Amino acid sequence: MKHKRKKYLGEIVAVLLGLIWLSPFYLMLVNAFKSKREIFTDVLGLPEGLETTNFVEAFVDLDFINSLMNSLIVTGVSIAIIVFFSSMAGYALARNKSKLSGLILLLFVGAMLIPFQSVMIPLVALFGKVELLNRFGLVFMYLGFGSSLSIFLYHGAMTGISRSLDEAAIIDGANKFQTFRYIIFPLLKPISMTVGILNVIWIWNDYLLPSLVLSESNATIPLKMFYFFGQYTKQWHLALAGLTIAIIPVVIGYFFAQKQIIAGVAEGAVK
Amino acid sequence: MRNRDLAFWLFLTPVLLGLGLVVIVPLIYGTIYSFTNWNGLTADKFVGLEHYINLFQDKGFLNSIWFTIKFSVVTVFLLNFFGLSLALLVTRKLKSANFLRTIFFMPNLIGGLILGFIWQFIFVSVFDDVGQLLGVESLQGWLATTATGFWGLVILTVWQMSGYIMIIYIAYLQNIPNELIESSKIDGANSFQRFRSITFPLVAPAFTVSMFLTLSTSFKMYDQNLSLTNGGPFESTQMVAMNIVRTAFGANEMAYGQAKAVVFFIIVAVISLTQVYYNKKREVDM
Repeated sequence: MKHKRKKYLGEIVAVLLGLIWLSPFYLMLVNAFKSKREIFTDVLGLPEGLETTNFVEAFVDLDFINSLMNSLIVTGVSIAIIVFFSSMAGYALARNKSKLSGLILLLFVGAMLIPFQSVMIPLVALFGKVELLNRFGLVFMYLGFGSSLSIFLYHGAMTGISRSLDEAAIIDGANKFQTFRYIIFPLLKPISMTVGILNVIWIWNDYLLPSLVLSESNATIPLKMFYFFGQYTKQWHLALAGLTIAIIPVVIGYFFAQKQIIAGVAEGAVK
Repeated sequence: MRNRDLAFWLFLTPVLLGLGLVVIVPLIYGTIYSFTNWNGLTADKFVGLEHYINLFQDKGFLNSIWFTIKFSVVTVFLLNFFGLSLALLVTRKLKSANFLRTIFFMPNLIGGLILGFIWQFIFVSVFDDVGQLLGVESLQGWLATTATGFWGLVILTVWQMSGYIMIIYIAYLQNIPNELIESSKIDGANSFQRFRSITFPLVAPAFTVSMFLTLSTSFKMYDQNLSLTNGGPFESTQMVAMNIVRTAFGANEMAYGQAKAVVFFIIVAVISLTQVYYNKKREVDM
């Protein structure tokens, strides 16, 4: 009996904590439906009516379709090249056991210690000189910053894939690239998911790097959100509607892939 | 044999180019130019250690380092406390466990910039309102003072990242062999003893990982700082990253900003390496 009561208590504490965790989103959402005056007079209650005009105005001012497309392009292309090139590198480094390959791996792992802020000034100066302060340059920068952790994860995963598979493929007449493409890469699928998820979380939400590289017409969601917010200081009804809109794609993505996302993060953390 | 070497280098070329041109070359180039009067385009004078000497007398910069250190120490402590507590909570046999994991983790998926704006609303509007309603003065005027700005950043970070640290702890908690728990129960250990002698030592490696992660994240924090306090009031909540960005791109002092960035790199590298070394050593001892 005592055990049961204890269990109930745990459940109640847990649910309360969950509600506290959600409350910022709740406050954002209910106030996004209020008028400017109503936010001022009653910030905690439910909205009197539903001010959907806030959302329409925010949607237009965020140029949301355009920002969403920009985010999708930058994130999608970056992830594709990070997964493709890092898996190749992880494979090459794991299969060639030499001093040199050990050194190269160490170089990539060591680079994780370098904070972005330590290289951003010369990076922007150098890429500016060759006119690469655009989406193309940005995607290449993400490869440079994202490859370290990704190669490290792929290298670790390769130890679980038997060398005899490579040898069999070579005997069947496949070259190195074919062996990788048809035998190894499909076997790396679980770790590719992890690499993809970890990089999506970072790249989708990144503000600082795009702010230094992209023009406003190519702005990703966080960058556009910053401009938008500056325009609407003290106009919380519009700002909150804009924030809600900006969050919707993430919530939809999380709804469909929550198991994979949490598993991917756990996988990345244990390594 | 030569064919094999060729494939090896072909497979590595794209990432080596990426790392080289994006990280290594800028780091070397920037370090060299931090000893000159570089303005982002040209440098015509070698100034030696001038920038490095100046930054040690730069009150804004020193203040931002001190603020960042204080912030990091507090968040590392709180994040590990909350991360482990949440992990212990959702690994119990609760009906809501899976749902709660989803909720606690959610803020991590929404960028720091956006979360900072949401919390700005909460601290400024909601806190003010609740403060008036309950007559609690300390809830009013948040983010308008250094102390409330500091704690605002701490609260935001803890709320955002606890779920991530929770996932790390869960991964290690699930690796604890069930027999150990069972046999300790048979031996009559209570739940506190079990936590102290079994659970805690076995999740110690998670602490290494999460401490590395929380330290480096809080040290490099920029987005949350920008959107929540914008460094204010009077630059008193400006963290190192923001100080560097503003020196370089705001005041257009590229060489000086880069000198700060080099010092920042050294600080981050020393702290990270010391922390990993110390934690690894401690793990072996146990």
